[in-house]
Amino acid sequence: MSDLLYVLSRLLRAVAMILGVVVLCFVLVRLAPGDPAQLMAGDAGIDDPAYIAQLRQSMGLDRPLPEQLLAYVTGIARLDLGYSYPNRASVWSLISERLPATLLLMGSALLLAATVGVLLGVVAARSRQRRRWLDGLIAQGALLLYAIPPFWLAMVLVLVFSVQLNWLPAFGMQEVGGQLHGWALWRDSLAHLLLPCLSLSFLYLAMYVHLARSAMLEVMAQDHVRTAYAKGLGYWRILLAHQLRNALLPVVTMVGLQFGQLASSTLLIEVVYAWPGIGRLLYDALSQRDYALLLGVFLVIGTVVVVMNVLVDLLCRLLDPRIQAGALY
Amino acid sequence: MPNPLRRLQHRLKRLGLLGATSLLLAAAAQAAPQEGGVLNLVAQPEPPSLSHAVVSHVATQYVSGKILQGLLTFGTDLKPIPVLANHWDISTDGLTYTFALQPGVAWHDGHAFGADDVLFTYQQFYPQLDKRMADIFGEYLGSIDSPAPDTVVFHLKKPFAPLLSLLGSGLRPVVPKHLYEGTDFRDNPYNLKPVGTGPFVFDEWKRGSYIKLSKNPHYWKPGLPYLDGVVFHVIPDASSRAAAFERNDVQVLRAGDADYADIKRLSALPGVQTSTSGYELYSGLALLQINTRKPPLNNPKVRQAILYALNRPFIVNNIFFGAGKVAQGPFLGAYHDPQLRQYPYDPAKAKALIAEAGVDLSQVRLRLLNGEKGGAWERLAEYTKQALLPLGIKVQVVTSDAATWYQRVSDWDFDLTYNFIFQVGDPYLNNAYLYRADYILKSTPFVNVGGYNSPEADALWQKVANTPEGPQRQAVYSQLERRLNDDLPIAPMFEMSYSTLYHQQVKNLLRTATSLNEDYESVYLDGPGQ
Repeated sequence: MSDLLYVLSRLLRAVAMILGVVVLCFVLVRLAPGDPAQLMAGDAGIDDPAYIAQLRQSMGLDRPLPEQLLAYVTGIARLDLGYSYPNRASVWSLISERLPATLLLMGSALLLAATVGVLLGVVAARSRQRRRWLDGLIAQGALLLYAIPPFWLAMVLVLVFSVQLNWLPAFGMQEVGGQLHGWALWRDSLAHLLLPCLSLSFLYLAMYVHLARSAMLEVMAQDHVRTAYAKGLGYWRILLAHQLRNALLPVVTMVGLQFGQLASSTLLIEVVYAWPGIGRLLYDALSQRDYALLLGVFLVIGTVVVVMNVLVDLLCRLLDPRIQAGALY
Repeated sequence: MPNPLRRLQHRLKRLGLLGATSLLLAAAAQAAPQEGGVLNLVAQPEPPSLSHAVVSHVATQYVSGKILQGLLTFGTDLKPIPVLANHWDISTDGLTYTFALQPGVAWHDGHAFGADDVLFTYQQFYPQLDKRMADIFGEYLGSIDSPAPDTVVFHLKKPFAPLLSLLGSGLRPVVPKHLYEGTDFRDNPYNLKPVGTGPFVFDEWKRGSYIKLSKNPHYWKPGLPYLDGVVFHVIPDASSRAAAFERNDVQVLRAGDADYADIKRLSALPGVQTSTSGYELYSGLALLQINTRKPPLNNPKVRQAILYALNRPFIVNNIFFGAGKVAQGPFLGAYHDPQLRQYPYDPAKAKALIAEAGVDLSQVRLRLLNGEKGGAWERLAEYTKQALLPLGIKVQVVTSDAATWYQRVSDWDFDLTYNFIFQVGDPYLNNAYLYRADYILKSTPFVNVGGYNSPEADALWQKVANTPEGPQRQAVYSQLERRLNDDLPIAPMFEMSYSTLYHQQVKNLLRTATSLNEDYESVYLDGPGQ
């Protein structure tokens, strides 16, 4: 299959997948009990049934469910995610305000977990013969990190580094009213990002250490590596081109598969650190049965996960020519 | 430092009384409020709107109370204190309320405040927005007029004793006519960036992060406020709020900001003060709502047996960590009759009442609907299940999220459920809706969802509203409280006490009965600004 055809077919499947996500989420959300009009009226301190009925009508909730679904899907086709009545704002404006913070947190955690995880995995694999203690240390350390729930780890990190040692801020994304510029702003942002990023990345870092380590061990024992040594190729060339490139495949695949899981972990971490991402937005939307916002967040997260998986597929194709040739998968 | 103090210091020095003068000056410096600094608070949950004229959400009131003001507020003794009304007179027949407005007040956008705003607020704004207000005004209010630019007169058709409570800053502030007239009040953009007359001006709302208010430089009380600004941080997790408070990143935690289990630890921190005052106007009452439509709960004896079977001192001390005291009746404070019959913990009496009621409980399984109010409420539901078992009442605890609880209770789809309400001064203004037959509505959990229908009680509610303040009115309230206490459509559980934790550098925080919703005009930070 040509590259273009492959990309097109993946994109088409991605669109179908996103549409499936929309329909499934729409139905699931509506199956849950709870009435957004009642909740909104209650928040406003109004107990007038006539007002609640009027509110329900203005939200379109009095129409049959299939009609509501059709209206929603048509809206999405026009890139209109709807209107959040409790927030009195368009869904897209609410999400676009929060999405960068979530992507920053997810992206930095993923980057940290993947790079440090692979690096440590390689070091552990390479130390297996001559420095077994280092291999053991890395493997056991990773196991320990894997066993710690991110939510609990986040609380402990706050207590140690924010409350006890007073080294890092306990919450938020930047100092409020700090009027910071240049390096001071960068430093402040990094200080705020550090603990949430560490809390989120440790679990994945541990996984990538183990994955990279076992993949490296497998690759290191393969004939083509032995041949490379016999040909007299340099250490770094063998490591990077013959071992790491092959060992990266399972890691990259796993990154794609776990992106959805990472998104859900991010939502929890955002709550602990009061990180102004879409996690809290999702929680509030769920509490208020803000259907439009809830579906909007699901759609955006779903799209990000699907896009990430498409990118991973393409990356795997790039890393391993056998996939391109159709020998694998 | 004021000059007279300097002169005094000089003279004392000359007399060789240096030690005494230092002490004197230190005391003077401590007493003088310091200007500047930013007070950091917690917005929990993040408010849905920033105007408590439109949304009566507690989180909205906390923020909006610093921006919008009403005609008056209430001291801790529940006596009214002037705010935008300089003073007022009530005619001897209780039919005419004349308010003289403060001079020289301006809205934050520079527009002058005046009687027009007050007329618009109470003639158009609230009656259109608020069914309860519309009902009350429809029944009691004849007209409102303004004989002079700084005077507003309310003419009543018949006496309505709780009128002043209805006009308080915390409940129904005055809104700017020039920004609201002719608009859809609920969709007005100024609900999210309010313009008021208060000591703080809305500055910025970064959703999910913070709400920033800054000092009103043209505040109508010269020299106030002392603070440069107030920031409300959105911190969703209770443990994180506690950590932020420990670090002094936020200086105040209201009741509900910290877990019940964490309050004792936080209040023991150095430099932290705790107070339960400031909630006199919002007396919280935890209650067990009972669906009186369904057998055996339609029998008052069964309802009474349930209350006898619940060990309320145990509940307060062990489940809620002492945050309250056992309720003595349906009403709190001055409206409660101390002679009222009590329901102490008495399992034997509870069993006797069940026998007396002659109900067959073998096939009964009551659903106790438990909402998402926190761990203590979940434990209370589990305790209730165990406590009622010896009576032969089998309870199934149905736990759900807040939205589901809200809908099921609103739709009367429950047998028992725990809830709480605020008695906002006069019980007629809030408690009444839980009992009045005309509020048997499928709308919110804060109306008569239990289906209690007593013509006698309804008549007494009507009478209490029409009777002017005084011993006669109190006697009607006692009669009404006895009726409700005997019928027990709602079991009063305990009076909730609200602890406010604050760092000692924060001064003048708790001054009135609505302290945390107050405007904070005289709050200051004694020490380094934040």
